[in-house]
Amino acid sequence: MSKTLYEKLWDSHVVHVEEDGTALLYIDRHLVHEVTSPQAFEGLKLAGRKVWRVSSIVATADHNTPTSHWERGILDPISRQQVETLDANIRETGALAYFPFKDRRQGIVHVVGPENGATLPGMTVVCGDSHTSTHGAFACLAHGIGTSEVEHVLATQCLLQKKSKTMLVRIEGKVGAGVTAKDIVLALIGRIGTAGGNGYAIEFGGEAIRALSMEGRMTICNMAIEAGARVGFVAADETTIAYLKGRNFAPKGADWDKAVAYWRTLVSDADARFDIVIDMDARQIVPQVTWGTSPEMVTGIDGTVPAPEDFKDPVKSEGVARALQYMGLTPRMRIDQIAIDKVFIGSCTNSRIEDLRAAAAVARGRRVAANVKLALVVPGSGLIKEQAEAEGLDKIFIAAGFEWRQPGCSMCLAMNDDRLNPGERCASTSNRNFEGRQGAGGRTHLVSPAMAAAAAIAGRFADVRELS
Amino acid sequence: MDKFITLDGLVAPLDRANVDTDAIIPKQFLKSIKRSGFGPNAFDEWRYLDHGEPGQACAKRMKNPNFVLNQARYQGASILLARSNFGCGSSREHAPWALQDFGFRAIVAESFADIFFNNCFKNGLLPIVLPKTEVDALFGLTEHTPGYRLTIDLPAQRVVRPDGHAIPFEVDAFRKECLLNGWDDIGLTLRHAEKIREFEARRRVEQPWLFA
Repeated sequence: MSKTLYEKLWDSHVVHVEEDGTALLYIDRHLVHEVTSPQAFEGLKLAGRKVWRVSSIVATADHNTPTSHWERGILDPISRQQVETLDANIRETGALAYFPFKDRRQGIVHVVGPENGATLPGMTVVCGDSHTSTHGAFACLAHGIGTSEVEHVLATQCLLQKKSKTMLVRIEGKVGAGVTAKDIVLALIGRIGTAGGNGYAIEFGGEAIRALSMEGRMTICNMAIEAGARVGFVAADETTIAYLKGRNFAPKGADWDKAVAYWRTLVSDADARFDIVIDMDARQIVPQVTWGTSPEMVTGIDGTVPAPEDFKDPVKSEGVARALQYMGLTPRMRIDQIAIDKVFIGSCTNSRIEDLRAAAAVARGRRVAANVKLALVVPGSGLIKEQAEAEGLDKIFIAAGFEWRQPGCSMCLAMNDDRLNPGERCASTSNRNFEGRQGAGGRTHLVSPAMAAAAAIAGRFADVRELS
Repeated sequence: MDKFITLDGLVAPLDRANVDTDAIIPKQFLKSIKRSGFGPNAFDEWRYLDHGEPGQACAKRMKNPNFVLNQARYQGASILLARSNFGCGSSREHAPWALQDFGFRAIVAESFADIFFNNCFKNGLLPIVLPKTEVDALFGLTEHTPGYRLTIDLPAQRVVRPDGHAIPFEVDAFRKECLLNGWDDIGLTLRHAEKIREFEARRRVEQPWLFA
């Protein structure tokens, strides 16, 4: 019988099935960070249980770590305690790899896993973080989980899971110049809504997806959760295989050949059936900018802010009115007339080398506008930072007036000192524009790295396609 | 985990869609390494007029009189009535921990985000999906009836209004059993330890690179 990729990944990990279909799925890779793991390790200890398979764990500290003045350590005592708790837990239990604060290879957990080859096709990957869907770019079944589930995986190497329905998002055609993976996924969320993928596993396919680098595919899968889907993935192909070759934890020698032969089967069969198929035309997608407090509140750079009365559903209409009030925007305002205060280029969505190159290409030889108080570039990991510096990207950013920082989650969720002050407006390459996400009262507009750089230069949102 | 069998409780309405986990429990409170004590900071940015930080004594903070959960009539509520896509956003289990610590035992909504929905069951907090028409009616009744209560009967899988109208709801059989008995998932899974070991041994042979 023909199978979707989801069914192949699912079937190859089922250990046991309950009568109602609830399955025990075996977990190959467990990524751990400091925020969602302390209670899980504590629970394990209190119950007198041991970690089932230490070599499945890859850990790093990312959410709380500062992005400047590393010589001072972590000044916030509560943040420091959380990071030190992770240090202690990993010291006690062990791990395949741990990249602690200040380690050369430390970085955002969803950046560090793939770049070290710790995320491999056909794996089940979990992490106590909703953006674990990122790893689906490697034809993985990657689930964001809560802390109870972190403890469950530590103790049993399994996850209790009900099978999802399947959705194929098929994006045909080639995107135009200046249009990136971020714009594709924001346009999709604008179309199906933030609950559109609830209950579904999304496979991203079609010419526009096949044409993306692994970095671009990670950006797309990363935001599957913003479309409501806990897992999103892309079939394995030559791009996947080429990316993995030679990476730290990727197989070597005869194992590599055997692995590659298996990975090539990680595609949906030609006649496989999906519960729903969404078709999009890549040629219609323009650079996207969110205007509200949910990622579905998004439009093109050539668009305008809507009015509450544009929406018939009263709950939605009130939601839009509340969002516009929070965002300090008026209906019918042109997106390219919205001035910004800060810029954030980073996060597990857009902090990889390709993202930094795209932003640097816009920043090169230009200056951050006078009205922009702070423009931050936060690479996703220490290795990306090194690579960017070897390519001279740091010098381009610094010359243009950006700040070049140390790796971490930073202002995506503002658990460290990088944050917006009340009322400040930010062009951000992160994934969520919720109220207060980047700091209480802060106003977030989600964009691609190139569009964030363009906004930094113009001091307002600007169409990157019109910059010569 | 606490058992959940039946609940008769006061209902509090939160009439907005897409309530995200950043709103339920803002990030600064995720720095805690404990599972408890999040209740005073549930909906912190909506609930208080000042900016909250961990370790603050919340009793002395100025509450936002316009936030629905601050109204006197909803004090002591154990059932939260919500709209669509409740709990969207991050996987932070601190969100159900905060709601539970606040006093909620059940959430009735049009729909939930997947991870949040799942996290609730791990903590004995029952998320119930009802059709939009029923939820609309409940919002009306809650608003117009001081002290409006609902009875939730998990064994019978129904929400019963004071006027006797009973609304059936779906719940996975496995999750229902766990809630009714207050079972610990890990204990249940470890009954299959032998099967897990066999699966793992087979996998180690077939895909040795996964065990490097």
